[in-house]
Amino acid sequence: MNKDISTPVKRADVSEKLMGTACYIGDMELEDMLYAKTLRSSEPRARLVSITYPEMPSGYFVVDKRDVPGKNIIKMILEDQPFFAEDVVNYIGEPIALIVGKDKAVLRELIAKTSIEYERLKPVFSIEEGLEADTPIYGECNYFAEYRLKKGNLKEARSRAKYICEETYETGYQEQFYLEPQGVIAEYKDGKAVIYGSIQCPYYVKNAVIECLGFAPEMVRIVQATTGGAFGGKEDYPSLLAGQAACAAIKANKPVCLLLERNEDIEVTTKRHPSRIKLKSYIDENYKLTGMEADIVLDAGAYAGLSGVVLQRAMFAAAGVYNIENLKVKGKAIATNKAVSGAFRGFGSPQAFFAIEMHMEHAAKTLGIDPLAFKLRNILKQGDKSTTGGIFREKILLSEMVDRVIQMSGYEEKKKLKNANEYKRRGIGLSMFFHGCGFTGNGERDHIKGRARLVKNEEDHIEILIANVEMGQGAQTTMRKIAAAALDIELNKVFFQNPDTDRVPDSGPTVASRTTVIVGKLVYDAAMELKTKWETGKRQEAEVQYQYPEGYQWDNDSFEGDAYTCYSWGVNAVEVEVDPITLESEIKGVWAVYDIGKSIDDRLVRGQIDGGIVQGLGYAGMEVMENRQGRFIQRSSTDYIIPTAKDIPMIQSELMCEPYSDGPFGAKGLGELTFVGSPIAYALAMEDALEMRINNIPVRPEFLMEVADDDKRN
Amino acid sequence: MIKEINFKLNGKETILEIHPLKRLLDVLREDCGLTGVKEGCGEGECGACSVLIDGILANACLYPMGKIQGKEVVTIEGLVGTDRYAILKESFEQAGAVQCGFCSPGMIMAAESLLRRNPHPLEQQIREAISGNLCRCTGYNMILDAVQMAAKRGDGIW
Repeated sequence: MNKDISTPVKRADVSEKLMGTACYIGDMELEDMLYAKTLRSSEPRARLVSITYPEMPSGYFVVDKRDVPGKNIIKMILEDQPFFAEDVVNYIGEPIALIVGKDKAVLRELIAKTSIEYERLKPVFSIEEGLEADTPIYGECNYFAEYRLKKGNLKEARSRAKYICEETYETGYQEQFYLEPQGVIAEYKDGKAVIYGSIQCPYYVKNAVIECLGFAPEMVRIVQATTGGAFGGKEDYPSLLAGQAACAAIKANKPVCLLLERNEDIEVTTKRHPSRIKLKSYIDENYKLTGMEADIVLDAGAYAGLSGVVLQRAMFAAAGVYNIENLKVKGKAIATNKAVSGAFRGFGSPQAFFAIEMHMEHAAKTLGIDPLAFKLRNILKQGDKSTTGGIFREKILLSEMVDRVIQMSGYEEKKKLKNANEYKRRGIGLSMFFHGCGFTGNGERDHIKGRARLVKNEEDHIEILIANVEMGQGAQTTMRKIAAAALDIELNKVFFQNPDTDRVPDSGPTVASRTTVIVGKLVYDAAMELKTKWETGKRQEAEVQYQYPEGYQWDNDSFEGDAYTCYSWGVNAVEVEVDPITLESEIKGVWAVYDIGKSIDDRLVRGQIDGGIVQGLGYAGMEVMENRQGRFIQRSSTDYIIPTAKDIPMIQSELMCEPYSDGPFGAKGLGELTFVGSPIAYALAMEDALEMRINNIPVRPEFLMEVADDDKRN
Repeated sequence: MIKEINFKLNGKETILEIHPLKRLLDVLREDCGLTGVKEGCGEGECGACSVLIDGILANACLYPMGKIQGKEVVTIEGLVGTDRYAILKESFEQAGAVQCGFCSPGMIMAAESLLRRNPHPLEQQIREAISGNLCRCTGYNMILDAVQMAAKRGDGIW
């Protein structure tokens, strides 16, 4: 392997996926396997008074809280969410029990014939209600997390300010809508629980099942099935399914398959947090942004899930790509009686970047100056300090990236063009953003402490043993390339199977854009160790553990220091054409430049770029998910609309990379970065076309109509 | 109510004793073991269960078996092994059109259906032809490249 590692190679998993022989969880059939269907709450908040089941035919039975051998609490950050509802339900769709048996149609009938008597409790449906709830869902104040951080001296910035700008921004729900709905199969044999599943984090599932069953760690084994997309949606939710299915398998003493149907998946699994972000900025006479106050509130849903960490990432991104020396950021994750909000590509940063980028634009417009010039005057440079006072150590290429996107898109010409023709308006928007790679704060250092192992057999074939999964992003291919290049051997001598916790060490979850930069580096280091001690024809192993890089520091109590050890960067432009009467838009062009340190495979990188941008465009303009009285209005694939091939144009993207010294071959994170910028650029383009201010996404014609009416009235 | 349904499946005459309201998707996956046909939504929105019925692209989740009487059904398993599949496969591989893979067999069926009707499609025609097949990973453009590549390479074969 002497060629550049970025040169594309054939994907490891492509043939079986195209032929249809790849085995997803729904394609697995174990001997004597039973199916399970979930009995769910139809109330947003209520006490369970009684449940009346129909008579169960032979071979059919109920599994509920009484069948949990260990703790009926899903092991996550806070211990508040049960596998099966105890006495109270907190959202519509919350699982109460499983009905298990051979025939899915019979199961559906049994569920339909079950009646539940509730005693209704006063529900909490919105951020506003949640902030003032007199009967809290969680704790005394109804939030799962509340944090504050400070940088510099805001008082001074405030007193020096010539201009003050203040606005509030809101973002909506987004459903991951991976093409393969969630599912697991559990079996129980000789005292051991084995779970197969469509999952991102085998060890999260393992730890949750250990607690659920009260089993010794070696009596729980998790095996990843081919996973049909995840995007964060299969980070924490599969732990719930796995625990439930394991309880059922033990009770049945037969394998039990628990697959969600699409509508069920949309309604009950985790989604992107809706947010409300208030920003107040202090600007001096030279148009330098000297201070800012940010108040970030996330709608966390009924249980804590990952909300605290999502909130941290949002808070640490509050200043966007701007060097703001004096800051005060506060954040809350509010409990509401709705499905649990969770991980979704970007993990809090898309909400924060939307707010700050719109804010910069609006502040400049209010001051009567050019928004792009205002942004560039304030952007981060190498050596500047982050929101938490960490230092941006690597060179920041943002201004060069902006120049390149301006050139590629013809931004300046298009900015002047207002009407495409007699009937249509045109607009263009440009966004700048970063993504902190790997876990936030002390995650990698103190919690995950990832390990990777390489095993060489007598034929000198290498197997990569890590807990990270292929979920479409190409991890099998990139990890093999990294190992092969480090060892300087042929790619076809390196193997990587779906992880099985009985075989792989815990290298941490497949999240946070950490697989390449963190685990890829572990694989690289293990390969280098193996290379040093290489003896042809002999079985050998090398295992390494994550070492926190030297010179960085983080204090998790004060939120001071380097929240991330490296950052990836991006600049996006989006051009739209809008019908001024119906306010419907068409995306005419997308241009993007990213700094990801080093591409491990150009084709996989483009796949992430295109996919992330299109998901972002969906988030910004199409994907509407409203909740009324605790019930989602859009809860089927017919109502919840994601982009199709007809909704997007070709995307022009380029890389401009500053290598990261601690990444494999200089690589940094990629997957989430690609999502962050396109919603903003789209909203800015709509704003440009219609000459109105947009503070909320998704941008919808109905909503624009209201804004236009308000403007007219004012 | 069980009926005898006669149809041609991937080139083979097939007779099944089956409930006429059972979905074609379930029959293919459960009774015929053809798990390349995926269930992504069950309501005709995602196209993961795309098959050809008498040469026309259809969602297997929307077809009750009663409507399959006397028809010819082709699934991804029936296409694998043809020269056209070989070209599609190579093009999808090289264009980077596959990520999680759950939509891929359906996308291949949609591409096959398009190229049969129109061996030299324009960009907008490809977009139209695959617009009933959702993909959440790729953002579609690399799939578009793949179909264009296949049309060029397979000149004369469709």
